[in-house]
Amino acid sequence: MSSPTNDRTNDRTNDASNRALSHLDLETPEKPYLDSNELIINMGPQHPATHGVLRVILKLDGEKVLGTECVIGYLHRGVEKIAENRTYTMFNPYVDRMDYVAAVSNGLGYCEAVEKLMNVEAPARAKYIRVILTELNRIASHQLWLGTHALDIGAMTPLFYTFRDREEVLKIFEKYCGARLTTHAFRIGGCQYETYAGFEKDVKNFLTFFLPKIDEYEALLTTNRIWLERTKNVGVISGADCIALGVTGPVLRASGVKWDLRKAQPYAAYSEFDFEIPVGTNGDTYDRYLVRMQEMRQSLRIIEQAVNRIPEGPIMGKVPKVIKPPVGEIYHSIEAPKGELGYFIVSDGSTQPYRVRVRPPSFVNLQALDIMVRGLLVADVVAVIGTLDIVLGEVDR
Amino acid sequence: MPNFIMSYLNSKDAITPGAAGSQFWALIYVFIIFAGVSVAVMAMNWLERKALAHFQVRLGPMRVGPHGLLQPFADALKLMLKEDIIPAEADQFVFWVAPLIGLLAAFIVYTVIPFGPSQAVSDMNIGILFMLGVSSLGVLGIVVAGWASNSHYPLIGALRSSAQMVSYEVAMGLAVVSAILMTSLNEKGTGTLSMIGIVQAQQQQGVWFIFKFFPLGLLAFVIFAIAMIAETNRAPFDMAEAESELTAGYHTEYSGLRWSLFMLAEYAAMIAVSSIAVALWLGGWMRPFPNLLHAPAWDFIFSLFPGLTFLGLAAIAFIGTARMPAHSFFKIQRIGLAVFAALLGFLALLLLVIAVAGRSADTSLAARFNEGIDYVYWFVLKVAVFMYLFIWYRATWPRYRFDQLMKIGWKVMLPISLGVLVVTAIVGVIVS
Repeated sequence: MSSPTNDRTNDRTNDASNRALSHLDLETPEKPYLDSNELIINMGPQHPATHGVLRVILKLDGEKVLGTECVIGYLHRGVEKIAENRTYTMFNPYVDRMDYVAAVSNGLGYCEAVEKLMNVEAPARAKYIRVILTELNRIASHQLWLGTHALDIGAMTPLFYTFRDREEVLKIFEKYCGARLTTHAFRIGGCQYETYAGFEKDVKNFLTFFLPKIDEYEALLTTNRIWLERTKNVGVISGADCIALGVTGPVLRASGVKWDLRKAQPYAAYSEFDFEIPVGTNGDTYDRYLVRMQEMRQSLRIIEQAVNRIPEGPIMGKVPKVIKPPVGEIYHSIEAPKGELGYFIVSDGSTQPYRVRVRPPSFVNLQALDIMVRGLLVADVVAVIGTLDIVLGEVDR
Repeated sequence: MPNFIMSYLNSKDAITPGAAGSQFWALIYVFIIFAGVSVAVMAMNWLERKALAHFQVRLGPMRVGPHGLLQPFADALKLMLKEDIIPAEADQFVFWVAPLIGLLAAFIVYTVIPFGPSQAVSDMNIGILFMLGVSSLGVLGIVVAGWASNSHYPLIGALRSSAQMVSYEVAMGLAVVSAILMTSLNEKGTGTLSMIGIVQAQQQQGVWFIFKFFPLGLLAFVIFAIAMIAETNRAPFDMAEAESELTAGYHTEYSGLRWSLFMLAEYAAMIAVSSIAVALWLGGWMRPFPNLLHAPAWDFIFSLFPGLTFLGLAAIAFIGTARMPAHSFFKIQRIGLAVFAALLGFLALLLLVIAVAGRSADTSLAARFNEGIDYVYWFVLKVAVFMYLFIWYRATWPRYRFDQLMKIGWKVMLPISLGVLVVTAIVGVIVS
């Protein structure tokens, strides 16, 4: 039994778990757990509220959270490594599988990064289509967030309302590119497909359909007393902390930092549209909720402008058949629904990237969990996980 | 017929079998109530899934039987056939006994629930005290289950549950006391703790206690109505089994039949506490406006209600049959629903016949039977409203946090219920 290999494996696992728990200041584990005042419980990876396969080790005093430790990697598929063995075009569909509720944003970020590397630009019409689909996807992503977040806090019904309405977005995607979730809608240099007949009508119908639905969600939650009690002053994080941790997206904006890449470093056609960046003040769960609700309204504004002004013209730029970017490296980031989604691509001049590194917003935002939940109760942990809006596919890649 | 059967039937005054000392009829009542509650729990199971589904823009069960009518039976069968897991680390005996405690506590309460002046197993003179005492024992089952599972999530669920009970029992008890105070204003001038006595006091004073000393009765009722949700661990106070936080709370480690006993106990307890609320504030078995519309003609019209209700249900079922798609796939379902509708229609006709016959009957037995149906009908109808509210709350509200629930219990409900109690006492003294 005691073969050297086995021993080494055991040592390694022990080391790993010791390291994982080291900063929780564990007492000696010989004590029976019911006798001690502190409780270490494992939340996940199979838990209804950890949005997939996140494992959080909680150190509790009664119900009070003394510290947390996130264990990730249960959904690791090696997306970045796969990129090194695929051509630039072949890798494009893989990025959809990272943040699978906002696949269009992932694709946009990747395509724009490669375009920047190759120094080509998508034509204006393609850019407009990209904006429309990406903003639709932002709405779909926020809808899924709202439903699951409300479910975590105990309100079951909004989930079904948001899923019912998210279906309308997915129908547009399906009509456009045949897929609903992992769309692979864009291509390096432009768009995969020309819009279908009636695309603009569908999008306009969605605009009129969806605005009252946001009011409906807000009627259920925004002034609901229990909702207010559960979200106000829960999971507070300051703007300075957000910046220190690299937290981006609605979480950062809810803490009062007006930072949105669509305005700060406009990409696609965003500089041509008139929209506002909703900003919160307290940085608590309620502010993050309000910011995301406002973002959905702003997305509708952007879509409305884009669909009314969509120019005619080609949808593909001048891109060679075989994509072979020059030697060099590029970092390009976009404002995904969850925050800054960046792609760092190193090219060695061949058809395959030398290295692709993704900066996933969920992964970085998840770091803030520990700061946000310390001193709160177990019930708040699920509320904070929900408000961070993480997708484990993107955290683990 | 043996004497021990007939003597109770022949007695002239309306009296419960328990009070009359007829053990045979008490046993019969126990069986009827047990069967009735079990059926009600099954119906509630179906109704909750359907109503919740319709709140949430979905259909709910549609496959097992027409409109999922057989779903509760399928569920029960599945749960009975499932493997019964007792975790190796669990305290075997306590783990085994915990669901039984909850179930017993929920069902024993029914001995004193007054479905009518004589439609109860027993008329205990400390009925309400007995009821509150026994129904609080249900929490013991939860606490013990959480402890015996020897697992973290159930333990936290159990602790939450006990804390919840402590914070809500007090306000609940005070609200009940203010209703009992009101009973002392009846003709005899003495209060009573008997459940039947409390309803009869409302009858004598000619007002449901919810409207007595407006808004005092209403306030006490509202406090009780909130506390009873917390008592039964239902949303928005379902912290003990908060799915998104504690996976399943105290019954995480339970499976199969043992788990279903917890569910049975939960629903039985919901019906039980709703019955307390109905008896104390909503006039128990009394029909609406018994003192305003008291002519025999009105009695007759109101006695038609049970039959008409079933007729309405039968009509709904028939419409459902007619609206089913004409595809041959639905043939069996269509037949099934039609039979169900016919059954409901038959029940409706039976009830209507009894109502008509009971009116012209000269034997006291037939008249009493007819009266009994009316009493039970109005009582069950009022309880059903509460059941619907339970579902409605669950569909609408997020869950309170543990500390917020304690805050509401101690800082809001307790002072209000104390205030209501004191003011009720003062007003009562002034009035009398």
